[in-house]
Amino acid sequence: MSDNNKLVREVAEKKYEFGFTTDVHTEIIEKGLNEDVIRLISAKKGEPEWLLDFRLKAYRYWLTQKVPTWAHLDIPEIDFQAISYYADPTAKKPEGNKEIDPELMKTFDKLGIPLEERLALSGTAVDAVMDSVSVKTTFKETLREKGIIFCSISEAVREHPDLVKQYLGSVVPYRDNFYAALNSAVFSDGSFVYIPKGVRCPMELSTYFRINAANTGQFERTLIVADDDSYVSYLEGCTAPMRDENQLHAAIVEIVVHERAEVKYSTVQNWYPGDAEGKGGVYNFVTKRGHLRGADSKLSWTQVETGSAITWKYPSCILSGDNSQAEFYSVAVTNNYQQADTGTKMIHIGKNTKSTIISKGISAGKSQNSYRGLVKVDARADGARNYSSCDSLLLGSECGAHTFPYMDIKNDSAIIEHEATTSKISEEQLFYCNQRGIPVEEAVGLIVNGYAKDVINKLPMEFAVEAQKLLSVSLEGSVG
Amino acid sequence: MLEIRNLHASVNGKEILKGINLTIKDGEVHALMGQNGAGKSTLSNVLVGNPAYEITEGTVLLNGKDLLAMKPEERAHEGVFMSFQHPVEIPGVSMVNFMRAAVNAKRKYHGEEPLSASDFLKLMREKRKIVELDNKLANRSVNEGFSGGEKKRNEIFQMAMLEPTFAILDETDSGLDVDALRIVAEGFNKLRTPQTSAMVITHYQRLLDYLKPDIVHVLLNGKIVKTAGPELAQEIETRGFDWIKEEIGL
Repeated sequence: MSDNNKLVREVAEKKYEFGFTTDVHTEIIEKGLNEDVIRLISAKKGEPEWLLDFRLKAYRYWLTQKVPTWAHLDIPEIDFQAISYYADPTAKKPEGNKEIDPELMKTFDKLGIPLEERLALSGTAVDAVMDSVSVKTTFKETLREKGIIFCSISEAVREHPDLVKQYLGSVVPYRDNFYAALNSAVFSDGSFVYIPKGVRCPMELSTYFRINAANTGQFERTLIVADDDSYVSYLEGCTAPMRDENQLHAAIVEIVVHERAEVKYSTVQNWYPGDAEGKGGVYNFVTKRGHLRGADSKLSWTQVETGSAITWKYPSCILSGDNSQAEFYSVAVTNNYQQADTGTKMIHIGKNTKSTIISKGISAGKSQNSYRGLVKVDARADGARNYSSCDSLLLGSECGAHTFPYMDIKNDSAIIEHEATTSKISEEQLFYCNQRGIPVEEAVGLIVNGYAKDVINKLPMEFAVEAQKLLSVSLEGSVG
Repeated sequence: MLEIRNLHASVNGKEILKGINLTIKDGEVHALMGQNGAGKSTLSNVLVGNPAYEITEGTVLLNGKDLLAMKPEERAHEGVFMSFQHPVEIPGVSMVNFMRAAVNAKRKYHGEEPLSASDFLKLMREKRKIVELDNKLANRSVNEGFSGGEKKRNEIFQMAMLEPTFAILDETDSGLDVDALRIVAEGFNKLRTPQTSAMVITHYQRLLDYLKPDIVHVLLNGKIVKTAGPELAQEIETRGFDWIKEEIGL
C-alpha cells in the first residue's frame, strides 16, 4: 500500500529541493561551438577516428538545419555560441588516482543516490552522470558476471567499440532532427547497456543525470541493446540547481530490442522548472526512440515529467518485428510558466504489432501542456492495433491543455482506438476531502495521484514513491 | 454541544436561512424535516463550512468554540461529520488511501502519531463490519462505480472511521432499499455514544423509526417554525406540512 498522506506531509514545506549547487573544481571548456570544440571533446574522451567523423558529420548537418518551431511551445531564441559544451567535475583528480572527489559523493548522497554499493538501494545499479562526465557506475562487476555491460558511453567507446559502432545512431540518426544533430556532434556522457542473449538482468539499471556547472549544456547519450530473449528494466532520473539562466539539456536515448527481448524504460524527469515567475529552468529537448527489431519483442516507455521550463520530448517506438508490442505511459505536469509538448510516435511496420498509449496531462498555474502523438501503420503491417487514451486535467483557469493526435494508416486491417478527455478537479471533490479532514493541498495531491495512478503503477516501486511525492510538490499552491 | 444562534446564510446572493436558533446537546438526535427548498441542506452545508454558502449573520458554537471561524477540515478534526446527500466520486483514489489521509490528518491535529499501516488496516476491518461494507468496496476508488445504497453505506463507514461527536445525516435514507436502510441506520446506532449528537435530515418516518430522535424540528422558509418530540414526525408522515403552515398563519 502506498503512503500518500505521509509523503504529502513530508514534502509540504519543500519546493524544489534539488536546487543546490556542488562546489567542486570543474574543468569547463570555452563557450561556443565549432569544429575545434568537437575535436577537443573527442580528444578529451580519447575517441577513435570513426566517432570523431560521426560527430563532425553531425555538426556539419546541424549547421544546415533550423530550430524546429512546430511544437506548441514558446521558446526564446537560444544562443548556441553562449553555451559551454563540456564540463568535467572529475577533472581535478590526479592521473591514476581512482578516488572520487568526496564532494561529488556527497552530492549524490544528498540526491538520494548513494554511490557506495553497500549503501545502495537494493537491487539497483546506478550510473551517476554530472555535467558531461560519468562519475561512477555501481555494481558493474556483479553485472559483468552475467555478461551484462553497464557503463558510461565513454567507457563503452573505449572497451566495446564494436558494439557501440554497430548500434550508435542506428535508431536515431544524426539527421533525425535539429537537436539530434546537435547531440550527435557534442554528446558527452550517458549510459551504455548491453544485455546478452537469454539473460534476464537481475537488478534495475539506472542513470542519474545531474547538471551542476553554470552556462553549460548537457548532452546525454544513452544506448541500450537487449539481445534475443533478454530482459532489462532501466530507470532514469534527473535534477539541476536553481539558476536564473536557462540551461539546455538535449539528449538522445536509443534502444534496440531483439527477438523476444523486453525493455522497460522509466523516467522521472525533475529538471529545475524555473521559479514561480517563469525565470530560469532547464530546456529539455530530447529525442528518445526504441527499435523493436526482433519478432515478439516488447518495449515500454514510462515517463513522469514534472520538471523543466520547456519539455520537447516524444519517446517513440518503431515496431518492425512481427508481433512486437510497445507501450507509452506518460504523466506530464506543468505549473507556473512551464511548457510541455510531449507524446509519442508508434510506427507499426511488422505484422500483428500492438501499441498502447496512455497519456495524462496535468496543467496548473499559467502553464501550457500539450500531448502530441502519431500512430502510423505501414502498408505491410497487417493486423496492427493501437489503443490511445489522452486525458487532461486542469487546475485553475489560466492554464492550457492541448491534444494533437495524428494518424497515418495505410493498412485496412488496422484497428485504431483513440479516447480523449479533459476534466477539472471539482470543488465538490475538494470539499468532500476537506469535510473528511483532508486540507486542500493534500487533497489536490491525493486527487492528482489518483488521476495519474494508471501510469504511476507502471513504475518500479522506489520510483513510484518518488513520482507521487513529485506530483504533489509540483502542484503546490496551484489551487485555493 | 452545538449552539446555533440567529444564523442567516445565502447562496448566490439569495437568503436561504433567515435566523436559525437551535441547540443540540451531547447524546441527542435531532430530526430536521421540511419541504424541499426550506433550507435543510443549506443549514448542513453551512455547518460543515461549504464555501459555496455565505454566512451573513449569527454564531455557531461547538463545545464553546467558534465553529464558523474554523476551516472545513478543522471542523472535521473537532468532530463534525456530514453524510453527504450526493457523495462525490474521486477516480483513482482508493478508499484505503483516502481514509488513511483523513484519519491521520485528524490524528496530526490532535498531536497524535499517524497510525501504522497494519493498525490502520485493522481499524478499517473492524469498522467495515459495522455497515457490512464489502472488502472489495474498501479497495475501490472513492465512491466510483458504487450503487446509491453502497455510497450511503460508505458514508456511514467513514463516520465509523472518524468517530465524530456531531454528525449530520443529509437525506442518508434517500435511494436506499429497506435492507440497506436498516443496515445504515443500525450502523449509525452502533456508533452512538453518550457524547455523540446528530442532526438527521429526512422526509420519511422510516429512518426515524430506527434512529429514534429526541427532538423533531420543522424548517420552513429558512426558519424553525415548530419543535416537538418524536410524535411530530409521525404526524407529518400522515398529515404533511400544510397544517403546520396554517398553525403559524401562513
